[in-house]
Amino acid sequence: MNETLLELKDLVKHFPVRGGALIKRQVGAVHAVDGIDLTVGEGETVGLVGESGCGKSTSGRLAARLLEPTSGKILYRGQEISHSSRRQLKPIRSEIQMIFQDPYSSLNPRHTVGTIIRGPMEVNDINPPGGRKKRVQELLEIVGLNPEHFNRFPHEFSGGQRQRIGIARALALDPKLIIADEPVSALDVSIQAQVVNLLQELQRDLGIAFLFIAHDLAIVRHFSQRVAVMYLGKIVEVGDRQSIYERPRHPYTHALLSAVPEPDVSSEPRERIRLAGDVPSPINPPSGCRFRTRCWKAQDKCATEVPPLVRLSGNREGHLTACHFPDAPTTQGEDVVLDPALA
Amino acid sequence: MTTVSWSGEPGTSRGPGPFLSVRDLSVEFSTEDGIVHAVDNLSFDLEKGTTLGIVGESGSGKSVTNLAILGLHDPAHTKISGEIWLEDQELTSADGTTMEQLRGNRVAMIFQDPLTALSPFHTIGRQIGEVYRKHKGASKKEARDRAIEMLRRVGIPQPETRVDHYPHEFSGGMRQRAMIAMALVCDPDLLIADEPTTALDVTVQAQILDLLKELQQQFGTSIILITHDLGVVAGTADNVMVMYAGRAAERGTVREVLREPQHPYTWGLLSSMPRLNASVDVPLTPVRGTPPSLLNPPSGCPFHPRCDYTKLAGPELCFGQRPSISPETGHGDACYLTLEQKRELRTAKTEDHA
Repeated sequence: MNETLLELKDLVKHFPVRGGALIKRQVGAVHAVDGIDLTVGEGETVGLVGESGCGKSTSGRLAARLLEPTSGKILYRGQEISHSSRRQLKPIRSEIQMIFQDPYSSLNPRHTVGTIIRGPMEVNDINPPGGRKKRVQELLEIVGLNPEHFNRFPHEFSGGQRQRIGIARALALDPKLIIADEPVSALDVSIQAQVVNLLQELQRDLGIAFLFIAHDLAIVRHFSQRVAVMYLGKIVEVGDRQSIYERPRHPYTHALLSAVPEPDVSSEPRERIRLAGDVPSPINPPSGCRFRTRCWKAQDKCATEVPPLVRLSGNREGHLTACHFPDAPTTQGEDVVLDPALA
Repeated sequence: MTTVSWSGEPGTSRGPGPFLSVRDLSVEFSTEDGIVHAVDNLSFDLEKGTTLGIVGESGSGKSVTNLAILGLHDPAHTKISGEIWLEDQELTSADGTTMEQLRGNRVAMIFQDPLTALSPFHTIGRQIGEVYRKHKGASKKEARDRAIEMLRRVGIPQPETRVDHYPHEFSGGMRQRAMIAMALVCDPDLLIADEPTTALDVTVQAQILDLLKELQQQFGTSIILITHDLGVVAGTADNVMVMYAGRAAERGTVREVLREPQHPYTWGLLSSMPRLNASVDVPLTPVRGTPPSLLNPPSGCPFHPRCDYTKLAGPELCFGQRPSISPETGHGDACYLTLEQKRELRTAKTEDHA
């Protein structure tokens, strides 16, 4: 594998919940992210999936240091940036960029497209050869927009085109890592595919690493080399794409995959696992394994002991699962080691 | 004009036919910028106890069609032509009182976002009971009991206490269940579900779709399921209609349309979607361009600016003349390509992906 670009170590983010009649005291905390470990290598695409409220967006914002972690470490190229000041962060900011979900609210309606894309260059005082205007036009061309449109306003563009503007802005500083938070979920199906293809081209041509956050498992599978599945602030399973989608060991990963509606009317019905209930509140997450309240395999042990995220017997290298009673491993493939010591 | 096999004079009652029949429906809105042709000459049928999935992207007219069925459009700015028959009742010409008696009673709707569709000031029980009291003349006590029964039916635990809770005390999935309870409180014959699961997580989406199917089997409700997700249609609907720019592009049973899609737009939709079992090295094949503005819809086939096969089908046809859906019943589509051409193109596509 390439050099590690981003490393999250036992990262925790709690948001205080305040209450009380007169004096607002902290009465609890939303455990948005509760101890996650994740690495993103240079030029690698890592997908982060989970349902709403599982902490995937918070993880992304922490990785971009838009939020300061409660505890734990964020390392960028080995340098700790968990609590760095704005000034210390400045040189790193230009290397980590974000693409947001909503192409309507993430672009200033009063600025022209040119101003929006030029923004990052002005902030960082970067003067590309040939001038900023030329660079803006180049970027517009890269993302498939007409370079002559730099003087137009966001409202003159459709949703998919606006998302392209957001991508052009993220590319303005030649980033090494892009954190894409649900970049296509607000778009129509036929447009989604256009944007996914564009991101994939950029990834290939420019070698940018991606942390791709989405709830759509099929899109994440299409885009990511490695995938981490989150549930209530914790990573329950992480591994290469094939391991997660073809040999999942965690019951939650299984359930998620079987819930994806697929436009197939094949003769053999797919395996169906229906989870009961909703995701519990992250203010007061269940003890032990957080998935146990919806898990059909849960036993007493699950309520008392937090399952560690480890390589189980039968997992490939790099495939980690946090479960006391994982699903049986598949033994196909030579790189699968059945080691009782790992169980 | 679409020609349809249709007997009976407009405005009169008719013999046994489909439960819901929409004929040559057009809906136009006048706006500051001009007239929006939201629905253009649309016809479809819905049989009793079945589910019709209407699939399309934003602005394809799928929601507007159903607001017209319910009479929920703003009459000052909307022009509706065509006919909507609910059994022996014509709805486009019905007056306000008739529609009011129909809504919530025989025809009910589930909206996409349960948080905005529910009133935050009233308890769930009161909101469910209100409909029942209005249409059935029930007392407060009866309405409350009915609300509890409905909550139990849609799988909400402890309905006796939940009935007095406010929407903000419910989770997203529970709110959508409460909306379904409200829609079904008068045992409607027709349920219109407009993107009922779009705002929900996948695991909850699966629960809600299962619930709708179960309730349909129990009560024989006919359902129109509006969605942008062909995957949702595949698991839930019996028939499907793909809409593009206010017109039907293709219709048929779910099996027919997903197995042997005929219209280039349906091909585009299917090839845009990444699948869990597809090869990951092949880039997705999106539909190029963007959906047209309905202020000024393209001439001829509305899909022609984005279609790759206009040369093959004959540009003068595609650019000049609106295709009508053919054949008139069963699996049909609105495209000038011949069946033979479509079959060849489809085989070539599947080979590409294999």
